[in-house]
Amino acid sequence: MNDIFFILQSVVGEAIAPATAGVAIAVIGLNIHFGFTGLLNIGQAGFMLLGAYGMAISITKGVPMLLAVLVGLLLAVVFAAILGAPTLKLRGDYLAIVTISAAEIIRYVGRLAQFEGFTGGAQGIPGSRYSQPFRDLSFFGEGSWTLSPFNYETLGGSDAVRLLGLVVAIALAAATVLFVRRSKGGGVQLRNPVVDGLVTTGLVILTILAILFSFPQTLTRTGIDGWWVRAVAWSVVLVSALLVLLLARSPWGRLLRGIREDEDAMRSLGKNVFAVKMQALIIGGMFGALGGMFYVLASTVQADSLARQITFFAYTALLLGGAATIFGPILGTVIFFGARVLVREASRIWVPDSIIADNKTDVFSLMVVGLALILLVAFRPQGILGNKRELRFHV
Amino acid sequence: MSDPMTPATAAPRGLADPEARRALMAQVDRSPGASKPDPILEVDNIVRQFGGLTAVDVDHLEVQRGVITALIGPNGAGKTTFFNLITGFDRPTTAGKGASWSFQGRKLDKTSAPSVAKAGMVRTFQLTKSLSRMTVMENMMLGAQNQTGEMLALSMFWPTWRSQEREVMDKAMSLLERFKLLEKKDDYAGSLSGGQRKLLEMARALMTDPTMIMLDEPMAGVNPALTQSLLGHVQALRDEGMTVLFVEHDMHVVRHISDWVVVMAEGRVVAEGPADTVMSDPAVVDAYLGAHHDTDLGDDALLEDDAVDRLEHEAQAEDQARKEGQV
Repeated sequence: MNDIFFILQSVVGEAIAPATAGVAIAVIGLNIHFGFTGLLNIGQAGFMLLGAYGMAISITKGVPMLLAVLVGLLLAVVFAAILGAPTLKLRGDYLAIVTISAAEIIRYVGRLAQFEGFTGGAQGIPGSRYSQPFRDLSFFGEGSWTLSPFNYETLGGSDAVRLLGLVVAIALAAATVLFVRRSKGGGVQLRNPVVDGLVTTGLVILTILAILFSFPQTLTRTGIDGWWVRAVAWSVVLVSALLVLLLARSPWGRLLRGIREDEDAMRSLGKNVFAVKMQALIIGGMFGALGGMFYVLASTVQADSLARQITFFAYTALLLGGAATIFGPILGTVIFFGARVLVREASRIWVPDSIIADNKTDVFSLMVVGLALILLVAFRPQGILGNKRELRFHV
Repeated sequence: MSDPMTPATAAPRGLADPEARRALMAQVDRSPGASKPDPILEVDNIVRQFGGLTAVDVDHLEVQRGVITALIGPNGAGKTTFFNLITGFDRPTTAGKGASWSFQGRKLDKTSAPSVAKAGMVRTFQLTKSLSRMTVMENMMLGAQNQTGEMLALSMFWPTWRSQEREVMDKAMSLLERFKLLEKKDDYAGSLSGGQRKLLEMARALMTDPTMIMLDEPMAGVNPALTQSLLGHVQALRDEGMTVLFVEHDMHVVRHISDWVVVMAEGRVVAEGPADTVMSDPAVVDAYLGAHHDTDLGDDALLEDDAVDRLEHEAQAEDQARKEGQV
């Protein structure tokens, strides 16, 4: 029992980590590219790395925090414009080739010894050199804090209470899923969509609280890897999702989906397809850069930590949550990173060393995740929140 | 568009009246490249080569305003390529070397496809391009021009585009009703039948308020009942003052609705004229059926040697004549 609690404790810890939030923001950007516009960007990690470098290097050179963030975003805009200008007029595959190679170029340039004064070379820039201005903004105070303050330990700390909390959390999650399915299914809206939204939000919050009741997280309030960075990161995730909601529901969002379906039809209707694709590439790239900043805020800016695999993680998370949905990217990222830790810790604890050595469990978790992606695409291609109706038509 | 089929709008132009159209087109010379009384589209020296193959080679063509012009020709005559060229979806080989075409007096040689559509010349496609994973209503609303909400900077602030959105939706509703698609408005376009997609595409093109609509095989793959209603729609558009240019293979359709027929073969315009007379033009008969179309292929006499020789001679003479004609 203790093993299970320990594993789930680390899963929850990973699910709310700033790096997870960072990837979630990048996946929201990728969703604009791939989910809404149909742009095959396989270099989202490059956008993240640019954002991270832009912010970190600016701060180490004495630029104020806010300006440093803008530098990171501006780099992403320029990067997107340079990649998009020659490729967005061509077929989609060209953008894929160019983005993946450009992301690798950024990574290799970041590793170059010649630029050690800026990028720190292969060692990277340690967080202590750039995260101070961010922590100075904190109003969370000192010391450490536990979320949620009301948890199983306040009720005596027995395993039974903890297990009960877990059961309640699972029940609430199931209730959320059932409720969302019922309100979405059938195509006929019986209730008010606003009420539906409020009920869903309430259920989600209750689920999170129930999880944190059984698996409370204790962290410093303003430390490098504390509550402050998490609070800001997840707030930014929610604001990003809200922004995408506004964009996707607007006539501009309709343009994006039209381009995804058929560019020539859009041209014949007088739409400037190239300009809209460029706008989408730039906006998605800016979300990528923003995500990169949060990804490194609690650790270091190191080129190899934002390599190709992060892009593929992002795609897995996007497909898992559901492409072209608003909250799919967040849900997908949280589940993806949680599941990775679950597999890693479970195989570390229960699989004997003679089969999988402890230092190989991380690789094993990636294998399982890869297998999960294959099964996902084969059996539930629309993801968790996606609309199955859309998949009936081959495009 | 906004005032469908009222005599008040049609009367001054007078082209809703079949007699008036016949009288108008009767003045036009029945030869390839003939000049029209009031051309809306003028095309000059437009050539498109794919390697050694010349797909389109049109010296001069004018399209009369306010009537239905049919563009016909056998398979591979270059009709669709010609459509692509003048709507900006393809570039002529002669671009910058004398190719020029103008729409309502405005040069379109260097214009991209979206700008051509914005200028008022909107096309549909032979293989319908419905946006499958969007609803019929969304398909329609994409057709509207100058939408404030399509500007990125304003798209997030819904009060800036809400009223326009409602207008666009009302317009889409009335068009969908006219094209009998209203009850399908919340269905995905991908779930429509082939004929319904043709209707949707035509309705969507009309959302742009075009001056001239170019239909690429609007009746292909459409059942006879639906063909009738499509034909009715096309004629109604003409009666409202719109210019229609369409590609079609079905001769009954062409004869039924077109006021003028342009015949293409091997990339060239070989004949022009009213539907009833152009079909008997020797160049058209040649292009469609070959010079020996009235020879019975089942006739055993053809198998005899001297008959084969005679045909061979004839073919050689024809080739010779064609070569000399070109020089």
